[in-house]
Amino acid sequence: MIELLRERKYLQFLLLIVVFLLMCMFIPATDGSWLWRLPPLFKQLPIAINNGVDYLMFDWWLVDVYDPDIEEYEKKPVMRQITRSISGFVLFLIELVREIMLGGVKTIVTFTGWDWATENQWARLPGLPWTVVAGGAMILGYRLSGIGLALFTGFAFGYIAVFGQWEPSMQTLSFVLIAAPIAILLGLMLGVWAFRSKTVETVMNPLLNIAQIVPHFSYLIPVMVFFGIGDHAGAIATIIFATPPMVRLTILGLKKVSPEVTEAGKMSGCTEWQLLRTVLIPTARRDILLGVNQVIMQCLAMVVIASLIGAKGLGNDLLIALNRLRIGLALEIGVCIVLIAIVLDRLSLAWANKQTDYFADQSFKERYKYSIWFSIVVAVGIAVAWVGSLFFKEGFNYLNIIPHNKGITTEPFWQAGVDWLWDTFFYTLKGFNEWFIVDVLIPVKNAYLGMPVIATFTLAMGIGYIVGGIRSALIVGMYLLFIALTEWWDRALITAYLMSMAVLISGFIGIVLGTLCAQHPTSTRILLTWCDTFQTFPSFIYLIPVMMLFGVTDTSVLIAIVVYATIPAARYTVVGLRSVPESLHDAGSMAGVNRVQRFLSIELPLSFPHIALGINQTVVFALSMVIIGALIGTDDLGQLILGSLSDRQGVGNGLVLGFCVAFIGLAIDQILRTWANQRKAALGLE
Amino acid sequence: MKLRAPKSLRHFALAGCVSLMSIAGTAKAADSTAPIVIPIHNWSSQVVMAYVIGGMFEKMGNNVEYVPADSQAVYESIRNGDVTLSHEVWQSTFGKSFYNAMAKGGVIDAGTHSATTLEEMGVPTWVIEKNLCPGLPNWEALKDCHEVFTTADSGGKGRWLEGPQSWHGDLMPERLEALGLAENWTVKFAGGADALWTELASAKKEGRGTIVFNWTPNFTDADGFTFIEFPPYEDGCRKADGGDGACGSPKGWLKKAANYKFPKTHPAAYTAFTKLDFSTTQIGQMAALVDVDKMDHKDAAAKWLADNESVWMPWTK
Repeated sequence: MIELLRERKYLQFLLLIVVFLLMCMFIPATDGSWLWRLPPLFKQLPIAINNGVDYLMFDWWLVDVYDPDIEEYEKKPVMRQITRSISGFVLFLIELVREIMLGGVKTIVTFTGWDWATENQWARLPGLPWTVVAGGAMILGYRLSGIGLALFTGFAFGYIAVFGQWEPSMQTLSFVLIAAPIAILLGLMLGVWAFRSKTVETVMNPLLNIAQIVPHFSYLIPVMVFFGIGDHAGAIATIIFATPPMVRLTILGLKKVSPEVTEAGKMSGCTEWQLLRTVLIPTARRDILLGVNQVIMQCLAMVVIASLIGAKGLGNDLLIALNRLRIGLALEIGVCIVLIAIVLDRLSLAWANKQTDYFADQSFKERYKYSIWFSIVVAVGIAVAWVGSLFFKEGFNYLNIIPHNKGITTEPFWQAGVDWLWDTFFYTLKGFNEWFIVDVLIPVKNAYLGMPVIATFTLAMGIGYIVGGIRSALIVGMYLLFIALTEWWDRALITAYLMSMAVLISGFIGIVLGTLCAQHPTSTRILLTWCDTFQTFPSFIYLIPVMMLFGVTDTSVLIAIVVYATIPAARYTVVGLRSVPESLHDAGSMAGVNRVQRFLSIELPLSFPHIALGINQTVVFALSMVIIGALIGTDDLGQLILGSLSDRQGVGNGLVLGFCVAFIGLAIDQILRTWANQRKAALGLE
Repeated sequence: MKLRAPKSLRHFALAGCVSLMSIAGTAKAADSTAPIVIPIHNWSSQVVMAYVIGGMFEKMGNNVEYVPADSQAVYESIRNGDVTLSHEVWQSTFGKSFYNAMAKGGVIDAGTHSATTLEEMGVPTWVIEKNLCPGLPNWEALKDCHEVFTTADSGGKGRWLEGPQSWHGDLMPERLEALGLAENWTVKFAGGADALWTELASAKKEGRGTIVFNWTPNFTDADGFTFIEFPPYEDGCRKADGGDGACGSPKGWLKKAANYKFPKTHPAAYTAFTKLDFSTTQIGQMAALVDVDKMDHKDAAAKWLADNESVWMPWTK
């Protein structure tokens, strides 16, 4: 019997589930019983973190600083001076880019002070007309890739200008143009460092995991306390959010470089630096580029969140539009965000893919033709804007900048679309919604809340043990223990309930969609473009139509999560299926399997590790959406994180709650990753 | 367009030194030229008012800067001096954040607007016109008509859609309990204001009854919104203050907050800011310029300033 149990994993699972159910049935829900709920021993943790941060920011190592505004010496903590100078530097960079595009006085103020700038009103950067920026971007697109990219770039900038979103778009762009390169460089550096030192990698890995899963809301307050409020704070929060995938993919890429290539580099007498710069990084380019793509996507996905701590631009306008339920306007702004994302992504890919032609012997005109073209565009653009200023007398010059409410708008069209959605689907959906809530969601939620804590531990650690042995069981147990000892275990159960329902639905949709689309290169490409679009399209926008149709209920929350969390499931399925070698297809066909058999017994098992990682990412995405769910109205961890924005213990609460969310994700990650690695080993893929 | 940058570049180094010296010797009476930082939140009246106040400061010769900020988190920033002021501190929604920041030090109370606010549960006026629940807006009507307000997830009870729990904690559940309504009514916490407005819009489309947390002055006033009349508020009647909880919300204040350095750095602007005082009607006007006339926030502010010089000019003196 024991022998049998040791061999057959499914029997082990069966036994585990029986034990779990028995526990659920026989352990009574009594307050104070440790089998039912653990005591909140970590209750003081948020307060301790808070006091620590306060001490660091306000009381530690005070120095006298003269404040000219109030003509007094003030005691100021060193830490604050340090973080504020970082803020100042980042803000300076952002303002510089912004004022090149829009004009302004801040850059000059940095060098001269407000007094001087106020006295000398002429001293301000003029800002480029939109025609020049659009033209310059088109030339860049043409130079890097060709006429196709040039036309697309032109279309994107044209759209932004014509719809009257130029000013907020350029504000957003200037902030992304600083945040993304910093994130890319930082990610590359950390990745290389981790590649070269095993210790660093071991330390960095859990940190990356946490940074990727902790909902961005929970570090908004700490960032605000340390770095202040404004574009720089938005940029810093964005960098924290966008760097981890870059580090990950850099490490992955560098590890894949074959030793022969490295040897060849060494034999040619490369120094360490040369080896890195001219051999390793170019060889690992594919993965590093994927990292760049992810950084850009993440940066634009943060635009709206960053506006909560002071980033100007599209994100802020979007929130204002949504507050008045102006969905059409919000949609136009959302499209601008997506267009900027795609343009930046394509430009950076084209730039990275461009090979240097070492042997070209070009004339002066050939070599500098793009610069010459750009100079012409600048001259013509400014001239046209000047002519425009004579022509348009009402105070705004369409050839310089099209103001916010003077562009064309498609708002009535979208508004009509929402009305149509309502008229067509509401009553059908209403029945479904009621059934779904009453017969599915509420029972599942109650089941989660009815689990005694000991049963939850048994189940999770048991799965960990069966999949990955005692080590996995202990790791999973540690994560859960942290959550169980805070006072938010019940809230975490609700988060787990929402997350698991969403992952079930997203996983199913994603795998089916991915499988169907992977059958043909065109449909694959379309699906991947959709993935990119939905990853950057601000989820706030579809919250409103969803809430209109499904009310302030968990259904709406689930739909919002599913739309976002399906992306990785679909993406990884497609990539997994496409990476099955052609030769195996042929081998299968020769062995006489039909299409379906080939899919079930060759392609699916071989792409299984990929799909498992996709589900893993689905979990991460779903958890990162609990905050967005909280904006609809939930009673889970997300709601409390949202609440921590106004809380006196905000920093501590936000961080500890964020860790709770992250640890749910990490526990699942531990199990899924171990399993995927075992499968990979069994299939001989690694 | 003056393209004199190259020449002016040479001045920078010099001017930098000069300005450093001049900062040290500025006279105390004049306002500093450092910009006054005004926060922008996500509702129309606040945004227009921000530009109105900014425009007023600019007329007085100050530099002004606007920064988008979360309406709850902004008090921590005012405390730190990253934001200079806040001109719409609503008693029950932001009172807690405001006093928390004040207790930590760094925020000062810069006076109160004459506009009074009310934040309370209520129904869209058409619910009363259609007589969905006879007897409203008196709260006693709720005893008999919870069926009209049920939703799929309310378990057969009538539902109150309250704002996020972070706004007033368990005030509404406690009130239901105290009024003896808890048997047939339940409270659902929405995630934010967007959710409340969406609920209003979708209830209207469907023609179903809904009870929503709302406040006035607000843009929903234009479509008609009636607050439920609960037993009147008295000091100490709430559970949190030791009472039984069977009372409605008080008429609330609308305050102004500022960083503690603001009076020292910008004495003139601070004085104007303390004098500044908007009434409910004026706030409504500002919101209507954007919400009804669909103007841009900045244009609306410019128009309001131009039309109402007699109102704001005296504050600057």
